[in-house]
Amino acid sequence: MTEAATDRPFVHFDGVQKSYDGETLVVKNLNLEIAPGEFVTMLGPSGSGKTTCLMMLAGFEAATSGEIYLKGQPINNVPPHKRNIGMVFQNYALFPHMTVAENLAFPLQVRKMRRADVKAKVARALGMVQMDDFGNRKPAQLSGGQQQRVALARALVFEPELVLMDEPLGALDKQLREHMQYEIKHIHEQLGVTVVYVTHDQSEALTMSDRIAVFDDGVIQQLAPPADLYERPDNAFVAQFIGENNRLPGIVSAIENGVALVTLDQGPDVQALAVNCGAVGSRTMLSIRPERVQVNNVAGPNRLDGHVLELIYLGDHIRCRMQVCGRDDFIVKVPNSPEHAMLREGETCTVGWNTDDCRALDLAPGAM
Amino acid sequence: MTEASYQATSFPASPTDAQGALLAADGTPLKLKLRQSMRASRMRAFGLVLPLLIFVLASFVIPILVLLWQGVYNGTYENDMPRSAPIMRAWDGASPPSEAMAEAMVLDMVDARKAKTIGKVATRVNRELSGTRSLFTKSARRAAKMEAPYLAALEKADKDWADLETWRAIKIAATSLTPAFYAAAVDAKYTADGAFEMQSEERRIHVNLFIKTMLVSGAVMLACLLLGYPVAYLLAHLPMKTSNLLMILVLLPFWTSLLVRTTAWIAMLQSQGVLNDIFVWIGITSDDSRFSLIYNMTGTLIAMTHILLPFMILPIYSVMRAIPPSHVRAAKSLGATNWTAFWRVYFPATIPGIGAGGLLVFILSIGYYITPALVGGQDGQLISNFIAYHMQRSLNWSLAAALGGILLVIVLILYWLYDRIVGIDNMKLG
Repeated sequence: MTEAATDRPFVHFDGVQKSYDGETLVVKNLNLEIAPGEFVTMLGPSGSGKTTCLMMLAGFEAATSGEIYLKGQPINNVPPHKRNIGMVFQNYALFPHMTVAENLAFPLQVRKMRRADVKAKVARALGMVQMDDFGNRKPAQLSGGQQQRVALARALVFEPELVLMDEPLGALDKQLREHMQYEIKHIHEQLGVTVVYVTHDQSEALTMSDRIAVFDDGVIQQLAPPADLYERPDNAFVAQFIGENNRLPGIVSAIENGVALVTLDQGPDVQALAVNCGAVGSRTMLSIRPERVQVNNVAGPNRLDGHVLELIYLGDHIRCRMQVCGRDDFIVKVPNSPEHAMLREGETCTVGWNTDDCRALDLAPGAM
Repeated sequence: MTEASYQATSFPASPTDAQGALLAADGTPLKLKLRQSMRASRMRAFGLVLPLLIFVLASFVIPILVLLWQGVYNGTYENDMPRSAPIMRAWDGASPPSEAMAEAMVLDMVDARKAKTIGKVATRVNRELSGTRSLFTKSARRAAKMEAPYLAALEKADKDWADLETWRAIKIAATSLTPAFYAAAVDAKYTADGAFEMQSEERRIHVNLFIKTMLVSGAVMLACLLLGYPVAYLLAHLPMKTSNLLMILVLLPFWTSLLVRTTAWIAMLQSQGVLNDIFVWIGITSDDSRFSLIYNMTGTLIAMTHILLPFMILPIYSVMRAIPPSHVRAAKSLGATNWTAFWRVYFPATIPGIGAGGLLVFILSIGYYITPALVGGQDGQLISNFIAYHMQRSLNWSLAAALGGILLVIVLILYWLYDRIVGIDNMKLG
């Protein structure tokens, strides 16, 4: 980090709302504080409002109400070119009539920098993304990955303190995407800039971010570091959106020391962590990660019968679809290790879990 | 780099023949095999364009070639004066006219008068030396009664036959394949001894007219660009609903007859017209000093700009539509003001459209005929009006063909220049 962490947030969304038509809100009351040097990802399905938030921060959309602060200064009325925010666009937005070096020199030239300084900075930025020899090429002569690197270098060359990235890896193939994720992460660590990153790819978000804001329906559903988001989702949407998730509906029959006793719709009573399940008598959705389900040698109090419907061999683990409590989309990941249970299709077995691994959440709309 | 892992794995080498060409699985060369397999689809494609090809060849390409040929070949004299033509061509143009030349001339005149082609011949010679028309018709009337020595008989009929210039003009007319018309088209004169000399100052009209036509075309192009660019920008950036409406307004002139549009301009611009009435009403000018906006160069410029505007707007619009909005946004996020973002990022991206629109408007206006003819008056006439004049009135088709040929060459040169400067691949018409 370039500066000591202050108690003042670097970026601050304060009660921001956005509406395009005056009838519906695309962003509903957004409050978000981002610390200097932090890598924050806005993750969500398309239409969830994450890109709109980014565009408001960049200055291309005006907030309908509320205020955005950058380093404590309100920026609602600052035009985009005065915000000094680097931005990487979804399709790179490299200027096709300029060479790579001219693209990189552009932000420096508009800042009236001296010619020699421009040259040195362009060379350094190209070196940073390992594109030293490509300065004289036109963007059309580069591969997708190379264009991506140039776009990154261009967003960083004028040394902004904040860089926004709008699904920058969306157009790359899987292998290259993963490679670029690490590269962006390393550059972030190296330079200490603050990054706000928008993606709909959860694995990308988990790989790169310090914190992830999960968006849905114009609202941040949960803001947490990647591990927390996966291990301790606050609500059914986050549990469902991040990673795989088994869902079992039921009714809360008792809550004791943070543990809920839940009567499953078509099964026995089980225990789960009472996270977001409401009071006794309300309907809830239990969430269990497939890799946390125990098969046959179940230790705890939560035991259910499972009927094996389908087995898919995936090398390091076997993916098993079972019928549990009348639902036939219950997934179990069985590690491919010698001591683990061997299952066969059509077989009936016992499944269960530790109470800590099962979370009683809200009943998300449409989750049935 | 990860890209390295995308290299194609090499396949086992395919069989090749002695020259190293690839062979297909059955042993025939791969190229031959490919051609065979493509033949059916190529024949079908050719069959589909064949009717149009024949139509275009028969009704367009061949007539144009024939007309262009007339620019360098005029066989009037040679066809109608068969005896005289070879002798005249063989004459050196300096020595005194011989008896043989006169005899052939008189005999041909007699035949031509019988065949009623003497007028055509006289007109042809008259183009090389004015005044010879009457000489020919007068002498031809008396030719039947002439007797040897013919030279003296001719000179007796008209003393102009004693003038060497007359015979020189005939010598030029007798040569069917001649640069005389192209020379005339650039205000030069092709003389009997094969030299070129410029016409006297007051007779030079064509070169100035070509220059005027180019200037008018350039002005129309510039006006279309200045008026069309903002409209194209608006079209490309307004919401769909509004831009569709605006697009209809732009296209409306296309659906109206050219003649109607041009006459509408007459109603607008004439001295008792709408525009002048408004000027008088708001006091810009007084009733007795109305602006003359039509039947002059102003009228030609206004009407041509209006009529050719869509040809500028549409290519620019289609190029603008394809520019991702993120480019301008990127420029702004990099610190560029609105103007810098426009000038350094947006505008360069529209150059292919400007080039296409500009070339289209320029080439169309260089050959524009009907609008200048209707609203141009005396000084608003362009080269195309002169071509039409020579086609329809003076019936000097060879000169019309030569003027047209030069126009064609100018367009081709422009096209070549455009290709060199902008690159024809950069042109986007839609």
